[in-house]
Amino acid sequence: MVANSHEPGRRRANGEREAEILAVLQEAGTPLTPGEVVEHLGDDLTYSTVVTILSRLHTKQLLTRTPRGRAYAYSPVADEPGLAARRMRGVLDERPDREAVLTRFVDGLSSADEELLRHLLGPEQDLDR
Amino acid sequence: MHVAVYLPLLLSLLAAPGARILAERCEPRLATWLLTVSAVVLAAASTASLALLAVTGLIRIPPLAAIGHWSLQVVQRDDPAELSVAVVAGVLLAAAAFAAARMMGRRVRSLARAALDAACVPAPDGLMILDDPAPDAFALPGLPGRVVVSTGMLRVLDEGEQRILLAHERAHLDNHHYLFVALAQFGAAANPLLRPLAHAATYTVERWADERAAAITTGDRDRVARTVGKAALAVRRTPARSPVLGMIGMIGRRSPLSGAGPVPRRVAALLAPPTGRRIAPALITAAVLLAAVVSTGHAALDLHFLLELAGA
Repeated sequence: MVANSHEPGRRRANGEREAEILAVLQEAGTPLTPGEVVEHLGDDLTYSTVVTILSRLHTKQLLTRTPRGRAYAYSPVADEPGLAARRMRGVLDERPDREAVLTRFVDGLSSADEELLRHLLGPEQDLDR
Repeated sequence: MHVAVYLPLLLSLLAAPGARILAERCEPRLATWLLTVSAVVLAAASTASLALLAVTGLIRIPPLAAIGHWSLQVVQRDDPAELSVAVVAGVLLAAAAFAAARMMGRRVRSLARAALDAACVPAPDGLMILDDPAPDAFALPGLPGRVVVSTGMLRVLDEGEQRILLAHERAHLDNHHYLFVALAQFGAAANPLLRPLAHAATYTVERWADERAAAITTGDRDRVARTVGKAALAVRRTPARSPVLGMIGMIGRRSPLSGAGPVPRRVAALLAPPTGRRIAPALITAAVLLAAVVSTGHAALDLHFLLELAGA
């Protein structure tokens, strides 16, 4: 809660923008560079904002990208079940409260946490496989 | 009134050290109950105190005093609180009410949305498997709730570990952990001093589910610890902890675990001998809560007498 209590408005706006850009890419049917996405969107968002949102969506594994010229061209991930799964997990639903109602088995580890965890479980454990 | 009204606010300062002691030294089920009840009771008592202080300011406003037929002379002579204190209390009260209402409204909507999602998921035995290579597992609250596990997570775990994972997530749903967390966070929204209690409750529900998973499956707590560790290393997402929570972790004893995230702490707790049912934390918590309730009641009674006196 503490982690999410700041800037709820901004987060929601980002979620809307992400959905908007996803829609543009899905309609286009062909990979688009950030410049082309900006053209499709009209003058709503700046180039750098679009680049930020596209790379965020790529990090969330919602987009694939291929190098084209000096930029990347982005397209939505092909697998529909995967997309449905990610929607289920709430990554498209940017409401900060969504995470609070899901009790996740394990949350993210910092690198210090990871080191500590390996130390706790002992060196003989091949946990990573 | 002069002292009693401030006591719930002062007792709220015990939330940070108290939450740490309850989370680390108390059996997780009892700890979750104590943390949740403490957050709700202390929030109610401190909000009531703010309301009482605000009323002492309101009754000094001549038109309002006239409505209640209160004597301004009597009110001012008795002077339960400085006018500036009453104004500050009124502002804080409005902020607390707004924050708590907003948090609860949002949470109710999120829970309703989750229940809708859960109802839409075809899962006769309450388990939904997502075809997704990214390892992930969570409980989706609903009527009934669903356990959602990705194929990526199932692939990482062997059969015994999968049973532990499912037992852990089912324990969250069976014991309504989302309600404990929501209530504790509701208290923390009304009184930000109580945030450590809510933060600790989100940790103790995980501990509770870990211990239930051990009890339901083989009773092997080391095995549960290794399962949690294995899953966490497989997920290994970027750190999501805020600097604020990191700082809360820093306050306190300097052990290797202070400042660590929830997963290493859960694993360490499972590898250590189980925490016995100790009665002391419950008694101390009960004493603190009783003091908060009694002092609020005392202050309310004082204000009642003052109003009677002023109205006479």
